Amino acid sequence: MLIRPKEGILDPQGKAVERALPALGFEGVEHVRVGRMVELEAEDPERLGELCEKLLANPLIEDYEIERLDGAA
Amino acid sequence: MRWGVLQFPGSCDERDALHACSLLGEARLVWHEERDLDGIDAVVVPGGFSYGDYLRAGAIARFSPAMEAVAEFAAAGGSVLGICNGFQVLCEAHLLPGALLLNEHTRFTCRQLDLTPVDGPKSARIPRISAHRPTLSVPAKHGEGRYFAPDGVLDALEANGQIAYRYAPGQNPNGSARDIAGVCNEAGNVLGLMPHPEHAVDPLTGSTDGLRVFEAVAAAGVPA
Repeated sequence: MLIRPKEGILDPQGKAVERALPALGFEGVEHVRVGRMVELEAEDPERLGELCEKLLANPLIEDYEIERLDGAA
Repeated sequence: MRWGVLQFPGSCDERDALHACSLLGEARLVWHEERDLDGIDAVVVPGGFSYGDYLRAGAIARFSPAMEAVAEFAAAGGSVLGICNGFQVLCEAHLLPGALLLNEHTRFTCRQLDLTPVDGPKSARIPRISAHRPTLSVPAKHGEGRYFAPDGVLDALEANGQIAYRYAPGQNPNGSARDIAGVCNEAGNVLGLMPHPEHAVDPLTGSTDGLRVFEAVAAAGVPA
C-alpha cells in the first residue's frame, strides 16, 4: 500500500526535504511529498481496501494505492 | 462527579489528568484493556504517545477495548474530554471531526500560551469567559497538533458552534486551520483540545486556568 498526503494538504515533511536538496546540489526538485509504504501478505486481498480505509490510511487526509504482487513468496 | 482517565501503553499525562480530576471529585485510571466504565460520569483521554503513535497518532489506540467502551459512552451522551494525544485518538475514532497533522514548522512545540474559549450554542462544557479575563493560560506541547478539516467542514463547525477553543490571536503554535485549538462533536458532549489544561491546575506551575476546563466539563453534569 502506498499512502500519501492528499493533494492540497500541506506536507511540512516534504517541504523540509525539498528545502534540504539544494544544499546537496540537487537543483530543480519540486513538489516533494512524503508518504509511507506498507508491505504485507494477505490471504484475502479483496479486503485490503477496507483495511486501508479503516486503519492504514486516514481517508480525510491521505490517499492510498494498493499494488498486488500475486504469488509472492 | 466520578472521572475515569484512560491509560494506554505510551500515555504520559494520565497522572496529571488524574490529579486535576481528583480536585473536582473521585477519579480513577482505566487501563486500555478495560471495557467497564460503570459508575463513571466523565472520561478523560489523556496526552502522550499511545501505542508509540505508530502509523498515525491515535490510529491504534482507537481500536482498544477501552475506546470501544468510550464510543458507547459518548453515544449515550456521556462527557468525554480528549487532551493532545487524546484529541488525536478521538478524531481517529470519528468521535470528533477533523485530524491533527504535523506542525507546520515541523518542530515539536512546548510553551505556555493563551486559549480563548469560544462561546457558542454547543458550549455547555466550555468555561464562561469575561471581558475582564477573556483567555486561559495553559501549556501546549506537541509535534502533531495542526488541526485540519476541509473548508466545508470548518464552515459547518463554525455554523454549528462546534469550535470550542481557539489560540489567542498571534499565538497559533502549529498552523492550525482558523486558529482552532479544540472542537466538540455535534451533540456537544465530546470535546477535544490540543493544549494541556491538566498541567495548569496548581499555582506551583504558574497558572490554575486549566482547572476551569475540567470544571466546565463537570458543570455540564451527569448524563440522564
